[in-house]
Amino acid sequence: MSAMDTSALTQEMLVKMFAAGKRFDGRKLLEQRDFTVEYNISNKAEGSARVRMGKTDVVVGVKMEIGEPYPDSLDKGNIMVSGDLLPMASPRFESGPPKFNAIELPRLIDRMVRESHMIDLSKLVVVEGEKVWTVIIDVYPINDDGALIDAAAIAAVTALMQTRIPELNERGRIDYEKKSTKKLPLNDGILPLNFTFFKLGDTLLIDPTREEEEACEGKIMWGLSHYKNKEHMIHSCQKGLEVPLNREEIEQMMGHLPKLYDDTLKKLQKFLK
Amino acid sequence: MTYKRSDGRKLDEMRPITAKVGIIPNADGSAMFSFGKTVAIAAVYGPRLLHPQHMQNPQRAILRVNYDLLSFSVSERKKPGPSRRSQEISKVTEWSLSPALELKEFPNTVVDVQIYILQADASTRVAGINAASMALAHAGLPMKNLVCAVAIGKMDKDLVVDVDKDEEDFEDGEGATDFPVAKIANSDKYTLLQLDGKIQPHIIPKALKLVDEACETIYEIQKKALKEAAL
Repeated sequence: MSAMDTSALTQEMLVKMFAAGKRFDGRKLLEQRDFTVEYNISNKAEGSARVRMGKTDVVVGVKMEIGEPYPDSLDKGNIMVSGDLLPMASPRFESGPPKFNAIELPRLIDRMVRESHMIDLSKLVVVEGEKVWTVIIDVYPINDDGALIDAAAIAAVTALMQTRIPELNERGRIDYEKKSTKKLPLNDGILPLNFTFFKLGDTLLIDPTREEEEACEGKIMWGLSHYKNKEHMIHSCQKGLEVPLNREEIEQMMGHLPKLYDDTLKKLQKFLK
Repeated sequence: MTYKRSDGRKLDEMRPITAKVGIIPNADGSAMFSFGKTVAIAAVYGPRLLHPQHMQNPQRAILRVNYDLLSFSVSERKKPGPSRRSQEISKVTEWSLSPALELKEFPNTVVDVQIYILQADASTRVAGINAASMALAHAGLPMKNLVCAVAIGKMDKDLVVDVDKDEEDFEDGEGATDFPVAKIANSDKYTLLQLDGKIQPHIIPKALKLVDEACETIYEIQKKALKEAAL
């Protein structure tokens, strides 16, 4: 793969192809690539998962730390999402202070997980008002071939489902030697996922490859769940890039989201133990 | 039961709005916009030649937005300097404004927009966008139209217009959803969409309708303030 930007010629070609509903790899516009989920990437993490979607490859590890609660939520544990776009994953990622994309990715995952109430934070209190668990979700792409946030969301959620709360020793510190079987408390039936729609010309598509993604002029990310198995609920959204979206496009997406969610969840089932 | 707003507003009623143009003499354009107790000020500098030269775009001007809360604008003092939150808001604000501007007319230049919140009572990013849009017009930059922005909330099951801090923290039922949206005035081109909370997909079009109605009012207030500054 070269570090060159997608050429204007490729972009022109893609505009025509997308308008005709075609893609280089033969997929339909709203067809997600197949993905796999692998667990236990690191036995030092309290939970971890690796998602490969096409050539996109993301690892997520969850670490648990004991800390003080926030003053406005003394009876709840904390969530923190961080990570970095490692220069290893793409010739376009650079070392140094985080650029916008490296801020956007963890913040969107954070809002999706937090607002869905997937984690039962009220059960993460050790001593009320003094000591609570902080769930730290770290996201790192290993290879970026587009739709990084969508793949990272799957990895984050599956890693959380694997996460165990470490044992504490008599001094209240984490005992890393003891093997814990205590699961991270999750709220039943909440499994949020993210879908990013990209726009080129007048066409909307999902799960672009890196080349398609770079040709696109607009995008919008939607985090949603089938909330408590009752109804589809959007938890997070953010529009990116300069091109505006019109009402018709937004309404179209609202029509597509429930099915996209259900289809991905179905594909995910075989990886959920 | 319908949600009751703590300040007695109707569900689709915004807080009292004030807008003023020309508040910073040194700037090429400037404006203040407030929704109730939320106060945003914005200054525009440019278009001016961009340095270093290698950052210049020979095809168009670059828009550079900086949004931040002043340290004393919130209850617990905000540490000065950029945070992940302010960097994110700066970027999405940039994207919300640039489609309204004719940036191709000023190659190799930069237009700097500085937005600061003096007093925060939620809806700060949308107040900032309204102020910045007026400041850009005040600077005389050619624009397709003004950009108008408002935050729609969902309190349990009811939609409200112009979310305040009490509402942002609402926890009953389905809890609070905050849905800040910006659009180019008199169009259906939405340039900012962000969302936190719990909202069913079929409610989104209803929320956009409330955005459209509120933005008509905001647009008139922005235009009036600009006309007053021209006198």
